[in-house]
Amino acid sequence: MADTVQTWSPDLQGSLPGISASASARRGLRLFMRRRSSIAFLMCLPLIVIIAGLVLYPACYSIYLSMLNKAQTRFIGLDNFTFLLSRDVFRQVVEQTAIFALSAVFFKALIGLITAHLINNLPAKGQRKWRGMLLVPWVIPLALSSLGWWWLFDPTHSALNYVLSSLGFDEIPWLSSPYWARFSVILVNVWYGAPFFLIMYLAALKSVPEQLYEAAAIDGANAWQKFIHITLPMMRNIIAITVLFSLIVTFANFDIVQIMTAGGPRNMTHVFATYAFMLGIRSGDLPLGAATSLFMFPILAIAAIFILRGVRKRGREIG
Amino acid sequence: MAEVALRNVIKRYDDVEAVRSISLDIPDNEFVVLVGPSGCGKSTTLRMIAGLEEVSAGDIYIGGAIVNDLPPKDRDIAMVFQNYALYPHMSAFENMSFGLKLRKFSKDEIKKRVDHAARILDITELLDRKPKALSGGQRQRVAMGRAIVRNPKVFLFDEPLSNLDAKLRVQMRTEIKRVHQMVKTTTVYVTHDQVEAMTLADRVVVMNGGVIEQIASPQDLYHHPRTRFVAGFIGSPAMNLIRCRLEQNGVGLRVRISDAISLPVPAPLSARYQALTGKELIFGLRPEHITEPRRSDRDQQSEFTATLDVVEPMGMETMVYFTVDGQEVCGRVEPGSAKGPGEAMPLYADMNRMHLIDPQTGLVL
Repeated sequence: MADTVQTWSPDLQGSLPGISASASARRGLRLFMRRRSSIAFLMCLPLIVIIAGLVLYPACYSIYLSMLNKAQTRFIGLDNFTFLLSRDVFRQVVEQTAIFALSAVFFKALIGLITAHLINNLPAKGQRKWRGMLLVPWVIPLALSSLGWWWLFDPTHSALNYVLSSLGFDEIPWLSSPYWARFSVILVNVWYGAPFFLIMYLAALKSVPEQLYEAAAIDGANAWQKFIHITLPMMRNIIAITVLFSLIVTFANFDIVQIMTAGGPRNMTHVFATYAFMLGIRSGDLPLGAATSLFMFPILAIAAIFILRGVRKRGREIG
Repeated sequence: MAEVALRNVIKRYDDVEAVRSISLDIPDNEFVVLVGPSGCGKSTTLRMIAGLEEVSAGDIYIGGAIVNDLPPKDRDIAMVFQNYALYPHMSAFENMSFGLKLRKFSKDEIKKRVDHAARILDITELLDRKPKALSGGQRQRVAMGRAIVRNPKVFLFDEPLSNLDAKLRVQMRTEIKRVHQMVKTTTVYVTHDQVEAMTLADRVVVMNGGVIEQIASPQDLYHHPRTRFVAGFIGSPAMNLIRCRLEQNGVGLRVRISDAISLPVPAPLSARYQALTGKELIFGLRPEHITEPRRSDRDQQSEFTATLDVVEPMGMETMVYFTVDGQEVCGRVEPGSAKGPGEAMPLYADMNRMHLIDPQTGLVL
């Protein structure tokens, strides 16, 4: 179906040399309004304006901000970036963010995949119950659940340590030892994010045609071979997209680390967002904070390009 | 040896009995087609043979051994699915070789078998392509190739041509027949299309409501249906089934199908039907046995005149539809002799091909 309505009146064309400019403009507007793409654009316009106002403007402004001095009075080019790269703490933040994001995403994906499989193999009635229960961590506001975990890890009132000592084990300095603190924030992030993977993978599992498994069963595949040769390849695109989405969100995580450790002890649990907050808001150096937050952009952009290229390629092949 | 046998096989889904105690013997290398309307249990039967559905009761034998509890991979069968079920992320070669790879065949052997099957199916040029880059017919060939390379005891086909357009379906039908002649293997083929059943099968199994109505060769099934269902299901257009009364007429019998039309029962059949005189029955006659009066030696008492409702020119022949006592009847006449709708046309019923059916039992008498 053509997306424009062509109206052609040869007897009018050129035969009315005195046609007014306003009539011509009205006709142009009428044609514009008749075009389906124009209507689609107009309907999307409010969203475009909101995105431009809430995402594009702050993004551009933070790029501008990152090139100013601390007092925001002078343009200093890339000095903030070179300054950050020269600092040991920043390199530690980069390392911790990478460890935090990659390990959290890996375990979220793994746990999501395993639980999705387990739930998918339950009878339909049981599935609904388990799906609902396992989604709870994801629907609780993150700030509240982080506070809950903070209480569980609390050195004096820790419920976890109470259980450990009741069983005869040593208490663990969950948030006061640098490496245990790293483990703790990753654990909470995995607890919070795994249900998202679960629900996405469950949907993906249900979209794999049953006949492929039947064909594989006749071909001689056991359960593991079906998983490796059918399920995983059929889920590769959804796995890639969820991993990319989760990488972006986890790289930019703020709430969990800020509430549980505020980046400590000894800056060992800082991620980009909490470090940027500390520099920009707590220390009052907004340009340096903006520069810190912008470091995430190229890393995520490169990851996104590679992942989405793979998704497109597989999409073309598999359909 | 790869004969397949079903002994009193039942399949229940909760309270519903989808397959009701069917028994069937398929000798080695025979091509058997299970045909019937949707929900008749034909696909369920095939899936039970494949091991994709559990048997609720009864036994299934392949090559003389009971396979009820064997998983599909240990039954030595290969199956072609309705929607091909090709692995979309694998090339045609990988699809065909997957089963062999899992069974740890050597690379040389896999290549040899795939190449051989590809030559049979004329898909050698397509082996590197993914299923998405293949047409429906090519996909179906790859699916058949996947079955052939395994060299199984039994081929199972589950409505393999249903997703193809009419022209391709005819081509692939011939292809399947050709492949079966080359690769002699016991084959069970499920379809709802009676033309496929008639053209492909050595024997046709007609199923209805979870039971087997009749097992016979295509010709036998067509000319000697055992039940009203088979008589009506096999043949296109379907056999005319008209309410009638059998009347005594002197020494002979007549079939009265309306106040105005009664047709003589040929002498050789009269003795068989004598005991049914006076009963309400169903008179069956195929459309090709209702024609314009052609032969000079015809029995003129079998002629009648009908006012045509609908005329369908088919090229080689013309289908004419008329009403007898409120029931639609179809005849098949020479294109030149057909009258127009609303016009009266003399017709002739070849009563030597008549069937009488008991309306209570549904059995052909």
